[in-house]
Amino acid sequence: MTIALPAESAVRRRTFKIDFSLPVLIAFAAVLCVLIVLPMSWLAYYSVVDKAGQFTLENFATLVTEPEFRGPMLTTLILATSASIFCALAAAPMGWLVARTDLPFAKAVRALVTASFVTPPFLGAIAWELLAAPNSGLLNKLYRHLTGAEMGDHIFNIYSMTGLIFVVSCYTFPYIFVLIANALDRIPGDLEDASSMLGGRTWTTARRITIPLALPALLAGMLIAFLQAMTLFGSPAILALPAGFHTMTTKIWSLFQFPPKPELAAAASLPLLVLTVMLLRTQQMILGRKGYSVVGGKTGDPRLIRLGIWKWPAVAFVFAVLMLPVFLPYFALINAALSPIATTLVTPENATLKNVWFTFGLSSTKIALQNTFILGALTATLGTLMALVIGYISVRRAVVGHQALGFLATAPIAIPGIVLGVGLFLTYTQPPFVLYGTLWILLLAYLTIELPAAYQQLSSAYKAVGNDLEDASRILGATRLQALRHITAPLLRTSVIATWCFIFVATVRELSAAIILFTSDTRSCRS
Amino acid sequence: MTKRPISRRAVLQGSAAAAAATVFAAPARAQLPAPAPLDDVLIAAAKKEGKVSFYTAMDLDFAQRLGKAFEAKYGISTKVERSGAERVFQRIGQEHTAKIYAVDVANTADAAHVIIWKRNGWLAPYLPEEVAQHYDKAYYDADALAITTRILVSPIAYNTDLVKKEDAPKSFKDLLDPKWAGKMVKGHPAYSGTIMNATHQIARDIGWDYFEKLAKQKVMQVQSATDTPKKIQLGERAVMVDGAGYLVIRYKEEGSPVEVVYPEEGTPLATGPSVVFKSAPNPNAARLFQNWMHGREAQQFLVDWARQYSPHGQTKEKPSVRALRDIKLMKEDPAAVEKEAEAIKKRYAQIFKV
Repeated sequence: MTIALPAESAVRRRTFKIDFSLPVLIAFAAVLCVLIVLPMSWLAYYSVVDKAGQFTLENFATLVTEPEFRGPMLTTLILATSASIFCALAAAPMGWLVARTDLPFAKAVRALVTASFVTPPFLGAIAWELLAAPNSGLLNKLYRHLTGAEMGDHIFNIYSMTGLIFVVSCYTFPYIFVLIANALDRIPGDLEDASSMLGGRTWTTARRITIPLALPALLAGMLIAFLQAMTLFGSPAILALPAGFHTMTTKIWSLFQFPPKPELAAAASLPLLVLTVMLLRTQQMILGRKGYSVVGGKTGDPRLIRLGIWKWPAVAFVFAVLMLPVFLPYFALINAALSPIATTLVTPENATLKNVWFTFGLSSTKIALQNTFILGALTATLGTLMALVIGYISVRRAVVGHQALGFLATAPIAIPGIVLGVGLFLTYTQPPFVLYGTLWILLLAYLTIELPAAYQQLSSAYKAVGNDLEDASRILGATRLQALRHITAPLLRTSVIATWCFIFVATVRELSAAIILFTSDTRSCRS
Repeated sequence: MTKRPISRRAVLQGSAAAAAATVFAAPARAQLPAPAPLDDVLIAAAKKEGKVSFYTAMDLDFAQRLGKAFEAKYGISTKVERSGAERVFQRIGQEHTAKIYAVDVANTADAAHVIIWKRNGWLAPYLPEEVAQHYDKAYYDADALAITTRILVSPIAYNTDLVKKEDAPKSFKDLLDPKWAGKMVKGHPAYSGTIMNATHQIARDIGWDYFEKLAKQKVMQVQSATDTPKKIQLGERAVMVDGAGYLVIRYKEEGSPVEVVYPEEGTPLATGPSVVFKSAPNPNAARLFQNWMHGREAQQFLVDWARQYSPHGQTKEKPSVRALRDIKLMKEDPAAVEKEAEAIKKRYAQIFKV
């Protein structure tokens, strides 16, 4: 039960206390428009013009009729769907085990999931190339060594659709894991206690209380995983071409090779955007129908379920899953860094530091590292701030048109980096914003790219906090900003810190990809 | 080869010169500027500017070393922006359209780019003295707007652990043998300038039906011309159909089990020209860099370290590697590539399904 205070009744107080909320909200809305609407407008413009700048629908016609585009679209759908299902199958039980049971090493598991999350997807793909390329892959070499099979025989082939789905899943499952584990962390113990007091057994409680409360997080996580897999560029860039197909992102990228076709690229990225919008609508319907306010006031700590004899099988399951995105790839990468040829096992005789010196001896690497950290910190700070305000506006429906803000903040997730890059270039190389050749254009790019995830995280945090406390404070005479400062902000502290770290890490890993993919062609053998 | 032509060497020399001659197909060499010396006046003017920016498609390691060598010699700070040839081209195009003039000297791996820059009127004529003296006329533009800096060949190569010397393919036709099915790796013309040129030359000289037959051999596709040598070095595939020959040579000299084959039909060729821009922010440093880069010292460094071929007449190739004049080369035709690139990419994608 909530009692929202109509704004009019505060009029009397306005005589000596000005509510700054509206101007602040409008300012942020304006910033968001510049950040997202400008490049998006260029995108829309390009999709409906031909080379000469005349209006045409030819680009979309090409998209539908040419098999060279229909194939990648289908591939991308299969990839994203399978990846989100696989991720959910691995991440949901893991999240539950870590958050709600007495699983040993739970902290270490969280740390290792973070390690797979901070791994750039292209680096993961390179590592899996080293492990599971049909002929030179370490795992296949091991298999041939153990069975005496012929050269050419293999058990894994990373250059295949299955291989790509696998690698993409490896680096998308943290999204689901983190959302589920956080949701389960937040579910108050009281509800479960109530259930068991009323005679519910452990599994009944899990089925009737815990799972329904965690379900929105699972669906939200699967949605994010789907969108990530759909718009991921790093892994397909390494694996798709050798596997003999294109995904939408690699296809769009190939359109920027000489001679570039930005019109087709713009047209090709619009379906991705439409699909995202539809999925987000679906998610809102799922989450919107039921109230999931689980932090209303004081609650008890969640109760941990005793695993008993299932303890060690559970540990084995969790670490078996973690082998794939963390242990094996990092082993392969370290091996490649120290070995003269990437897929030869390091021995004391052939170990070399040549590759390491090559990478860190370059002055450009040092400058790049420095810039990366400055940019990461700036992007994280600005991004968190913006996501806080925008999340507040759209969850609390603070101004008219808040839906548009929420949509805008989520839209960049469907803009492939390269298309956004061109949009940004067109926007920021002409007055009034000439930022080309500075770090600022990268800041804008990464701010835009990371905003959706930050917004998702913080708006779900707002949803979990619930209106009641804030409304209570406003009934007692606080302005909106005061309520935010004294009630909502302290409750959100953990989520804000988490979001800051999230953006920082995501920016740093994306940048590393940009630096390596764009300044060096020596990636796979020099690691 | 069982029947050798009587004067094979003479034929090859002729073909090499003819191959190169089409690069800068000359209308009339009327407007050639006077050869410019690398003298104290130029050095002083360049030092006053103090910096130069060089956009290049050379491999990062070599480009950095080249920049450092120039910096060490003249004390002029050198900013090296390394990227793929198409990205360098794209970036310069975008910058010029936006009236941002950041580039002094650019080196590309795709000679077609020079045609477009020239058409746009973006290039400044400059003919270093040493180029006029020691370069074949085929290796610089009729108006001295571009100079060939390096010459790349795209040969066949194989992994010697996986293929015995006597079983190795000798020609492109040999690769159609079913025994190579599933064992070959190939670069993609939509991503690599070198491969675009090679694809154009093979399609023109041997025919598109060659690629149609090759596509039935389950060829592994990678993007870059530098990726194919890596795949055979790792033993992921036994034979590379095309790619950067200099990398194969470099790997071989480092002790990797790889060997080059110059196909009987001729070896595809791509030249990497360098240009000075009219709008260069450091015009004197730009000219000094262009002059020095095509001088004997830098060119010999290119041969010795990058293992690429030099157009400079006085550079020396190591005895273990076949000299450029002894290789039967296909003819490069940047004008045709510029016109047909779109069609080539489309047809290639239809044939190889990627």
